Amino acid sequence: MDLVNIFIKGVFIDNMIFAYFLGMCSYLAVSKTVTTANGLGLAVIFVLGITVPVNYILENKVLKAGALQWLGENFVSVDLNVLSLIMFIAVVSAMVQLVEMIIERFSPALYSSLGIFLPLIAVNCAILGGALFMQERQYSTIIEATSFALGSGVGWYLAIVAIAAIREKIRYSNVPPALRGLGITYIITGLMGIAFMCFMGIKI
Amino acid sequence: MKSFFNKQHQKLIADPLGDQNPITIQVLGICSALAITTQLENALVMTLAVIFVMTSASSIISLLRNHVPNRIRIIVQLLVVASLVALVDQILKAFLPDASEQLSVFIGLIITNCIIMGRLEAFAMGNKLYESFLDALGNAFGYGWILVAVAFVRELFGSGKLMGYDIPGFSYLYQMGYMNNNLMILPPMALVVVGVIIWIQRSRNTDLVEEN
Repeated sequence: MDLVNIFIKGVFIDNMIFAYFLGMCSYLAVSKTVTTANGLGLAVIFVLGITVPVNYILENKVLKAGALQWLGENFVSVDLNVLSLIMFIAVVSAMVQLVEMIIERFSPALYSSLGIFLPLIAVNCAILGGALFMQERQYSTIIEATSFALGSGVGWYLAIVAIAAIREKIRYSNVPPALRGLGITYIITGLMGIAFMCFMGIKI
Repeated sequence: MKSFFNKQHQKLIADPLGDQNPITIQVLGICSALAITTQLENALVMTLAVIFVMTSASSIISLLRNHVPNRIRIIVQLLVVASLVALVDQILKAFLPDASEQLSVFIGLIITNCIIMGRLEAFAMGNKLYESFLDALGNAFGYGWILVAVAFVRELFGSGKLMGYDIPGFSYLYQMGYMNNNLMILPPMALVVVGVIIWIQRSRNTDLVEEN
């Protein structure tokens, strides 16, 4: 598969929010204004772009059946797939900590704009979901996996910025009292999902 | 002497089922709730998995709460939850291979299910074993009944079945021109169904209404 195709597939067809509902919690909680949504969206793209390649290396050099071949002939039959969940989440939370420290050291401006959102990302389902989909879909090179990660990050970013913009406008409309806040956000997301479904049949 | 199951304990169980529901009020654990509700059976398997992981994780974290340094608590919590989820994943693969196939990555995503992390952080880190266990049980059931309700609606109207079995009366309806609503099976309708549940809940209890 072509790299650009994988990227576009991640953004539109397999959109993390509208097709798989990953990262819904922060999507609903942090989408009240466009500026915060923007910050969180960028942080998600960034962290996905780092954790998925790292997990890809881990999966193919350590966890997969027969992946430990580079250690010697005795290790060919070892299959550590049972541990993949624990390893992936450990990598994600460690990388988030590391990224936070690096950004704080080298770019205080970026840190102060992303600051609060970075720790939140460790428990964002979209990040672990990215790693698990990478495992399930068996990308053949690390570059393809990175392209998929960036694509799904951009898709997530688009979704959260779009809902934040709609929520800013909807403050001026007359929503039925019981639906205000959370309820109407669910229904709007559903409608946006229906719009995104027109990408679903497309085969690239 | 405190009784074994007093008023406060009842509240811990009852609140998350209604006015403190994790999905409709606290906005926790939505990711997995929506994706796997096309069939009632999957929803039930998921609910059982979450009940098991959540009660065990809450109990373990509650026991460990005085020994974990504050700085690394998130990683400790994640690792406890991840080990339990890995266990559930292996059990499902062995005994319910079909359900495991259909739920695919969503069993793994129980780890980052915010409902578990949220309750560990908000309750189990500061309360005793028994209370934490009850709180986890209540929240897991609160999560479960929404899941089952959404799956019931989606499977009934979407594929005209329940738990994968045909419903006796439906064959007459089909003859009269009734058709399954395929839209119900598609992802967006899950959001709309939850939205409607929130609507019903908040119009019955107006204290819960948010500002626009």
